[in-house]
Amino acid sequence: MLPEGALNNFFFPDNVHIEWSLMIVLYPYITGLVAGAFVVSALYHVFKVKEFETLSRFALVASFCFGLFAAVPLLVHLGHPERAFNIFFTTHTTSAMSIFGYVYASYMVLVMIELWLVYRTFFIEKAKSTRGWQQLVWKVLTLGVTETTPAALRVDHGLIGLLAGIGIPWAFVLHGYVGFIFGSVKANAWWATPLQPIIFLMSAIVSGIAMLMLMYSFIRWRSKLPYDFAAMRRLMDYLWGLLILDVTFESLEIVYMFYEHGHHWAVVAPLLKGPLFGSYAIGQLLILSGLPLLLLGYLSLFHAGERRFLKLANFASLCVVLQVLFMRYNVVVGGQMISKSDRGYVDFHFEWFVKEGLVVALIILAAPFVTYFVISRILPIFSDDAVSTSGSGRY
Amino acid sequence: MEQPTCTGRRTFLQDLAMGAAVLAAGGPVAILSSSRSRAATAVPDTKSKEYAFVVDVDKCIGCGYCVEACAKENKVPLGYVRTWVERYVAAGEGVHIDAIDRPGEILEPPPAELTQNAKWAHFVPKLCNHCENAPCVQVCPVGATFNAPGGFVLVDPEHCVGCGYCIQACPYGVRFLNPERHIADKCTWCYHRVSHGLQPACVTVCPTGARQFGDRDDPTDPVGQVYQSDNWQVLKPEMHTQSRVLYLGLPREVV
Repeated sequence: MLPEGALNNFFFPDNVHIEWSLMIVLYPYITGLVAGAFVVSALYHVFKVKEFETLSRFALVASFCFGLFAAVPLLVHLGHPERAFNIFFTTHTTSAMSIFGYVYASYMVLVMIELWLVYRTFFIEKAKSTRGWQQLVWKVLTLGVTETTPAALRVDHGLIGLLAGIGIPWAFVLHGYVGFIFGSVKANAWWATPLQPIIFLMSAIVSGIAMLMLMYSFIRWRSKLPYDFAAMRRLMDYLWGLLILDVTFESLEIVYMFYEHGHHWAVVAPLLKGPLFGSYAIGQLLILSGLPLLLLGYLSLFHAGERRFLKLANFASLCVVLQVLFMRYNVVVGGQMISKSDRGYVDFHFEWFVKEGLVVALIILAAPFVTYFVISRILPIFSDDAVSTSGSGRY
Repeated sequence: MEQPTCTGRRTFLQDLAMGAAVLAAGGPVAILSSSRSRAATAVPDTKSKEYAFVVDVDKCIGCGYCVEACAKENKVPLGYVRTWVERYVAAGEGVHIDAIDRPGEILEPPPAELTQNAKWAHFVPKLCNHCENAPCVQVCPVGATFNAPGGFVLVDPEHCVGCGYCIQACPYGVRFLNPERHIADKCTWCYHRVSHGLQPACVTVCPTGARQFGDRDDPTDPVGQVYQSDNWQVLKPEMHTQSRVLYLGLPREVV
């Protein structure tokens, strides 16, 4: 509790720097996209949401692309990236962060095995139909397993379902635990809440769904292929419901702090009224949560025409991906603005051309999309895309 | 035969000459080098002791020698400090706070309107609390920050990955990322000095004894006497870190 009459003018001398800046904003953002995209894939495989059949492979590939770059911001941030593997070699089990290496690595292995099972028959066919170095690459990708009997495919199908089933809680662990890293820091009043893991998890899922919607719409528009409106409408139904939960938890944290009126509110209230007013109150809550909640509610409750649906659904999805990006910024950077003196707020300035600046952040953020583009030129992702139709048409 | 309790004339003259030399040589650094040669004869076994640090707020005069000595002894990078001294001036309308947070810094007097209405004023030195239940130790993902025998919390420079989680976890804001070595940095209680039988640099140069360092389990040690008096305070007790920096006369307003 701030002492009576204390002035808000002093911060500790070593608190003048925001140590965790844009890279640590990106890290939970990209990890969230990984988890969210995987959930859509698993909704089809595990929960048999039939509408998502056309999206499930796309969602899995997208999740993989985001996953490849989830740890890159951390590596850029580390003072000694060459020691990154110490997290495996000298694991300190009392640290929430130390478990990240294992959770992330095992999750990526799971996604890669599932992808291999999904594309196994394609690899085999390509290994048969190509020659030279290409054939060698495809052969390596088959891992020497060339059986495609109906019985073998049934086993594949069962394994894919099993991995998706394991993958859902694992994706939840991957991202819920990112929230735990922040929520368990008792020294930071803006972070320290048991709601943090669930807030991170919910925002991860909505950001993943919204990003898939944007990517799907863009890809289908660019390739001039028909949209699967049934899948898109169902996707927006899910997005609305989960966004309601997400915003409820985010609001609950503030309402609880406000009503409790303890130490946390004493230092958080000036933060929200001051440095975070624009990005939190106006940005994250009012505009980027309010608008998509209304629009998605309209799309879910009323049957909008296709053109209108496309416009509104994409606008709402854009708002949601930005909302989650703002949320990551408000949590990560906002929390560090509070000096440990409890009496001062540190400034944060965006910089373009520094190691952890905007240019590097934009490159890392673009990398999963570039990777997806490359993969989509090699692997069939939709059953009617160029790679699928150039082969036997079975994919 | 008992040692004489009063200072002999020869000893007094020696000390006087030493004092003059110290002042002529320029403050804390000279005191440090003289104490180094004097105290290095008795090397303690740091593992068998339970060290603690006492800060007597009433004795601190805000000279800032400690800040300067620490920076020089530990080669603290410019713009960062391992220890600093806060100045509190309580006036009618609230508490004015600033700090000596640069080597050699001398604070300007507070504004006249503040001092005219001042109810009290204090200097409060701050440093790493070397917590027994240290949040920084708990969160370090690679175990580079650790509780060393004797009560020190140290950073292994060969293993620290520079993730900064410890900086976030420390409730006292005493850690920073060293911009030259790219690892977590903080006060070590001058472990390199203590392990050679010396006192921490800041303790050595403190002219009033506001900073004391010793074995809290030794009843003959001034620090042990403070510890066993059970009349000390710690910063942010609600954090339950079991701090080993014990404050005497800590004003309520200090966070």
